[in-house]
Amino acid sequence: MSRPSLSAIARPFVDALERHGFDFFTGVPCSLVKHVWAELEARGLQVTETREDAALGLAAGAYLGGRLPVVIMQNSGFGVSLNALASLHRLYKIPCLLVITWRGHDGADAPEHNLLGPVTPALLDVMEIPHRAPAGSDELVDAVHWAAELIARTREPVAIVVRPELRA
Amino acid sequence: MTLAEAIALVHNGTADALVVHANGMISRAGFGHGDRSEHLYMIGSMGLAASIGLGIALARPGRRVVVCDGDGNVLMNLGALAQVAARRPANLLHVCFDNGVHGSTGNQATISGLVALDEVARAAGYAVVRRVGDPAALRSALGELGERPGPAFLLVRITPDLPDPLFPRVTVPPAEMTQRFRRAAEPATGR
Repeated sequence: MSRPSLSAIARPFVDALERHGFDFFTGVPCSLVKHVWAELEARGLQVTETREDAALGLAAGAYLGGRLPVVIMQNSGFGVSLNALASLHRLYKIPCLLVITWRGHDGADAPEHNLLGPVTPALLDVMEIPHRAPAGSDELVDAVHWAAELIARTREPVAIVVRPELRA
Repeated sequence: MTLAEAIALVHNGTADALVVHANGMISRAGFGHGDRSEHLYMIGSMGLAASIGLGIALARPGRRVVVCDGDGNVLMNLGALAQVAARRPANLLHVCFDNGVHGSTGNQATISGLVALDEVARAAGYAVVRRVGDPAALRSALGELGERPGPAFLLVRITPDLPDPLFPRVTVPPAEMTQRFRRAAEPATGR
């Protein structure tokens, strides 16, 4: 049985995000979510930032201006983001939904991903950022609901980790 | 012109604006000059002031947004100049207090004496760029930039002098700052 790919679920995923009140999207692209990216751009949204921590700064500003942000990045970019998440988002209680693609999760990816990949969930744990890594399309939409509720309650960053097998 | 003098002129010249203060002495000087709900003082995440200000400006296009930045901060996140220029928020004024040093860590030199940050902003594509070095020119530039659509970049040359005693530390709890800023940034309702 084949899993539905993110290309087939990009639209329901973005629909779920908008339905749950997320209304500001930024980040740095990854091939694992290229259809989500395309879907956002097709809706007229300008998404691309220069760096993941700059995207987090932009998202924090958007929240300060009344929006509810989503920040998309590779797990390599999560490494770039640690200080912003600690000394901006967590310190100031500025929430965002992180959509982090999980390169190198099984240690069999390009060499630059194979160190950070296996430790990505542990790194999220250390940063005390609640996270889920949905296995399929239904779980992905469920995770949006979970994340939105958690953000409303805690005003803290929450992460959805996108597994490579969801790729088109 | 000192940081204290320059930040007072910027505050007074942009009275109704939402203001982001970069971390370190700039936040402390801004808080020391006068605290308002429309002020955000960063106490970490160095380099992100312009990114935060851009996010606010995009979310609240009807409000004027001022970023009080420093040369060390701007150099840490030069990509923010490109992103501001790319998004072209007309309501954003990006002020860079340039003292040529990292004032919060013991006045170690930055490279702003070798790289003209106003020229970098101009090349990136800010709508208007000015460089000033004395109070009269700063007042005049603030008046001019208040009348023109941005994004504007205003480089303010200041001395590295710090007051004795130093500026106070920011005492507003960060999470409280977030909530009061969000309320202050809401569009005015009819009364």
